[in-house]
Amino acid sequence: MYLPDFEYYAPDSIAEACQLLSQLGEKAKVLAGGTDLMIKMKNEVLAPEVVVSVKNLDQLKKIEYVAGKGVSVGALCTHNDLVKCDVLKEKYSSVSNAARQMANNQVRNRGTIGGNISNAVPSADLPPIFIALNATVKLVGTKGERTVAMEDLFTGPGKTVLAQDELIAEVIIPDQKMTGSNYIKFGLRKSGALAVVGVAVAVQVENNVIKDARVALGAVAATPVRAKKAEDFLKGKTVSDEVLAEAGVIASGECKPISDIRASAEYRTDLVRIFTKRALRKAIDEGHV
Amino acid sequence: MSSFVVDKDGNKRYAVTVNVNGSDYTKVVKANTLLVNFLREELDLIGTKRGCELGDCGCCTVMLDGKAVNACIVLALDCDGREVTTVEGIQDGEDLDIVQEKFIEHAAFQCGFCTPGMIVSSRALLNENTNPSEYEVREAIAGNLCRCTGYVNIVAAVLDAAENL
Ligand SMILES: Cc1cc2nc3c(=O)[nH]c(=O)nc-3n(C[C@H](O)[C@H](O)[C@H](O)COP(=O)(O)OP(=O)(O)OC[C@H]3O[C@@H](n4cnc5c(N)ncnc54)[C@H](O)[C@@H]3O)c2cc1C
Ligand code: FES
Ligand code: FES
Repeated sequence: MYLPDFEYYAPDSIAEACQLLSQLGEKAKVLAGGTDLMIKMKNEVLAPEVVVSVKNLDQLKKIEYVAGKGVSVGALCTHNDLVKCDVLKEKYSSVSNAARQMANNQVRNRGTIGGNISNAVPSADLPPIFIALNATVKLVGTKGERTVAMEDLFTGPGKTVLAQDELIAEVIIPDQKMTGSNYIKFGLRKSGALAVVGVAVAVQVENNVIKDARVALGAVAATPVRAKKAEDFLKGKTVSDEVLAEAGVIASGECKPISDIRASAEYRTDLVRIFTKRALRKAIDEGHV
Repeated sequence: MSSFVVDKDGNKRYAVTVNVNGSDYTKVVKANTLLVNFLREELDLIGTKRGCELGDCGCCTVMLDGKAVNACIVLALDCDGREVTTVEGIQDGEDLDIVQEKFIEHAAFQCGFCTPGMIVSSRALLNENTNPSEYEVREAIAGNLCRCTGYVNIVAAVLDAAENL
């Protein structure tokens, strides 16, 4: 299986990359790990005339904690970088654990978080947990930088607010009042399976009272979505099995899944009910796991 | 890395230098050359197999700077200046690597088509983790599909290799 012909650039700076993307317009595609783009090109879903490889943009490969800002994760970090990162394991192992459940080892060694996000597949595993943690995304283009909330980035399946000349530069997980977070992925196999449903939650619990909660659902709508009615219901409630179960029921009423080869809409809806309850329980009892 | 020539068909061809199994190779290739084809067609290293060619099966697994990747979805040009280890580079001269020996001892292959990828994935794991659990072995080879063995002997071979590193 060979790829169609294209031209190749590997710019040395972000500015040069954005300049190229702006000049080339629709003809160009960014190449990060290639675990989506190469496959789309082989399957003739995409046929860019020019591929702009971001492999030399080393400044986008760091994960660091910046006091007052939060954890900054460079867009070119691979899934296995997230799995192995000590900063994340210590602060938000929920993010490392989400990454560990993705794809398979070879794909985790190549696939990047920038690619996972800009691909904007409803079943992508990283957006829900980032949304639950209220993460923002820094975009860089020829006109400068802007920061967008992760939950506002997606506009439809495969669609984001990114302009043609913009790159995702980093994801920032802000310092949290949330005391716990968790992501549950349900796939049809343990490895190499896309999420049938993904549920991410973050909660702030003090003296057994839920002060704040965020619930983000993957693979059950055209974009990752928040279950805001479930969040509102949880706020101010004392933790109990009944409250968490009721939050699950409310969240399942907020999703709009489709039926496809992997699961029916009814099944997905019920999975949201169960996993919302379970993810909340984990986040409440075990912190950011 | 942007040095290129234009061939008679008007296609750009780019110079790329990849260190494969310890030696540098410089070739002039089209941008669409995949690492697996670079290895097999430019360097005659046919140990690396082509299976699904879509990143699912792991037949084409090689190490890129020490990490297991699917060579069927990596551009050769993205490997410029980097180190690739194929199954041919895992053995030490005439001597088989311990992972290879244990695959033979445990009968960890039947048709053998998945074996190069399995061995590269297993070696990459053992280079990072000399004492893996069964779970970690299974996680490391989860992207390597075998349609013959049922994996039991493969997992046993890798665990045995780890004990004899
Ligand atoms: C076998 C297999 C299993 C998989 N399993 C999963 C899974 O379990 N869960 C999951 O979520 N995904 C999965 N995927 C999909 C894929 O691996 C991920 O989405 C991955 O994160 C994509 O990242 P990449 O760097 O490889 O993207 P690429 O293929 O390089 O790029 C994808 C898209 O994003 C654009 N892009 C990349 N980086 C940037 C950037 N910094 N700024 C702007 N645009 C950018 C590209 O132009 C392209 O359109 C799987 C893929 C395979 C092949
Ligand atoms: S041939 Fe590369 S993963 Fe199947
Ligand atoms: S031995 Fe035949 S596919 Fe693994």
